[in-house]
Amino acid sequence: MSMKTRVSAYTLSIALIWSSGALAQQKAEVLHWWTSAGESASVKVFAEQFTKAGGSWVDNAIAGGANARTAGINRMVGGNPPTMMQFNTGKQFDELVSNALVRDVDAQAKTGKWREIMPKPIVDATVREGKFFAVPVNIHGQNWMFYNTKVFADAGIEPPKTFPELVASGEKLKAKGIIPLALGGQPTWEHNLFRAVVVGHGGADMFRQLYGTRKPDVLKNPKFKETVELFGKMRGLVDPGSPGRNWNDATALVITNKAAMHFNGDWAKGEFIAAGQTAGKEYGCTVVGQEPKLVIGGDVFVFPATKDKTALATQDKLVEVLLDPTSQLEFNKKKGSIPVRMDVDVSSMDVCAQKSHAILKDPANQVESMEILSPPNFSGAMQDAVTQYWNNPSMSADAFIEKITSAMRDAG
Amino acid sequence: MDTISIRAPSMPSGGTKTQRRVKTRLPAAIALLPTALIVLVVYIGCMLWTVRLSFTSSTLLPKLDWVGLAQYSRLFANDRFLTSASNIIIFGTLFISGCLIIGFLLAVFIDQNVRGEGLFRTIFLYPYAMSFVVTGVAWQWFLNPALGLQKLVRDMGFESFTFDWLVNQRMAIYTIVIAGLWHGAGLTMAILLAGLRGVDKDLWKAARVDGIPTWRVYTSVVLPLLRPMIVTAVVLLTTGVVKLYDLVVAMTLGGPGIATEVPAKFVMDHLFERNNIGLGTAAATIMLITVVSILAPWVYVRYVRPQGRHA
Repeated sequence: MSMKTRVSAYTLSIALIWSSGALAQQKAEVLHWWTSAGESASVKVFAEQFTKAGGSWVDNAIAGGANARTAGINRMVGGNPPTMMQFNTGKQFDELVSNALVRDVDAQAKTGKWREIMPKPIVDATVREGKFFAVPVNIHGQNWMFYNTKVFADAGIEPPKTFPELVASGEKLKAKGIIPLALGGQPTWEHNLFRAVVVGHGGADMFRQLYGTRKPDVLKNPKFKETVELFGKMRGLVDPGSPGRNWNDATALVITNKAAMHFNGDWAKGEFIAAGQTAGKEYGCTVVGQEPKLVIGGDVFVFPATKDKTALATQDKLVEVLLDPTSQLEFNKKKGSIPVRMDVDVSSMDVCAQKSHAILKDPANQVESMEILSPPNFSGAMQDAVTQYWNNPSMSADAFIEKITSAMRDAG
Repeated sequence: MDTISIRAPSMPSGGTKTQRRVKTRLPAAIALLPTALIVLVVYIGCMLWTVRLSFTSSTLLPKLDWVGLAQYSRLFANDRFLTSASNIIIFGTLFISGCLIIGFLLAVFIDQNVRGEGLFRTIFLYPYAMSFVVTGVAWQWFLNPALGLQKLVRDMGFESFTFDWLVNQRMAIYTIVIAGLWHGAGLTMAILLAGLRGVDKDLWKAARVDGIPTWRVYTSVVLPLLRPMIVTAVVLLTTGVVKLYDLVVAMTLGGPGIATEVPAKFVMDHLFERNNIGLGTAAATIMLITVVSILAPWVYVRYVRPQGRHA
């Protein structure tokens, strides 16, 4: 709490100095929502690199993605934007581009060959009208399954490779008194689990049709109904304390040997690391599904449009710092993600990150995340549908599909 | 305007009667002008702006097109909004009536001149000093079947004890009511206690002389006398119902599923997370209409009808 107060007091004083026109050379105010311990450690890497390059980094961290975005967008619309601002890779900044509130960085992209060194889904999610309007800084895999190696060894079973296998081994674990699946029972995480099942069991194309093209024909596919029913069966694998639980409390269940498996993005690694565990030893990570398709998203920075020459130069320097190989490697080690540049050597990273990098080497395994494919409008409506289905065991797959149909119709 | 009718103590100055009136009223009018402007521009202006936006297709940024009632027809086909609406009715009814009943009983209890009255008063009023977020988190832990009450009783040896309302779709909204009651009953008690202390001692003596049982005095004599305090309590509690948001976010996040969603949360989610200003403002407008349609008859009866008496 006191930390937060301090941060906001800091922010306020910075804002005052900023607006009073006391502009020092190359001062960059950066608005982001990386406030947890691991996150702020990672953003510090950028800050240090920028300072080394002769700039002055002014950190403006606002807790909570939605809060930070609202604050930043309001400032842009009001004509007093930060120098650089965080978004998630995807559609969140679409309207900022169409309203000319952010500048393009295509010149730097051409020089840096971004189109060649970054995975195509990330490039596509950042390019608007043929130009880069944001700088991607990392790749997060969203459909990782973390598992407790000891629990599986004690039970004498292998970690499942496919979702039908997962349901079967889940039943065995449950019989032994272990929570098979640790789930943060909040709509966001229930929806994240659903997406892992769709991409793992239904396949990458089904995932893209559902979240990308959003035409009802995908819902008529028998395979989709099968996927939905499989997801429904997984309701039996969570414990009664799941509803309302925070995701990090769910991760903690795996860390403390109470639960066997946990689906989450690779940011959950931070919890294992904080508990002193090592990837590949106490816990493992794998992608469940016939083929290892990785749903990828991440973070980008946008640069609010400005006519001020000093500010423009500062922004150019920031772009350089963000994509510098050293800052990429160090930032992503702390963040739990992998470098957005596929040409960076990842051998010094942990086994999960290396696995992630290896999977993504093959472009066929790269699947765009929901944040990239769907407008928040549709993903919100999907989330409502998924959470209703997950929490109501008597709801049929058909009723759920019916809800998705109307979500598609409404979101257009 | 109301502002003009406020009369300052007469100042001993010269001039005609009208001049004097202008002179005395001018400072008051100037002093109140900023407030009046804020009310007009900020409150009324924002309300009108919200209503206007609900007829547009605005998503992330406001956009001034016209789509008629499209957002409203989507709203009333939306499961989550309908659940929110019925939840707020359940919560509102149980919360207000519960607070009044519990608050009244607590007030009567303290009014018996119990020993350690100050201590009890503090204990009962204490929850009100907590924010809804703290209240929500505390009750979430307490009612969580894997952590709280259920586990405690089971650990004591009652293996079959089950109290899982918090994670049960049908019952979850009642856990919000319980937390709300815990939070709000103390305030109601304080208000009603003040009323009870104001009841004329002679009334009690008269009742005792007539041999009327105590409970009967409370229901037939004291309660009607407490009417202004009850109205105050109801108004305060109602505002709490309409803006119910933080308690739900802290306690259940609207879950399990959408079982404890409330209108204010619907509005917030659609405005700030789902880039759907059109639908969010439509829901806000419906909330406004509901509140106004409940308030309007009351305002009419209280202020408009007895025109002569109202100064």
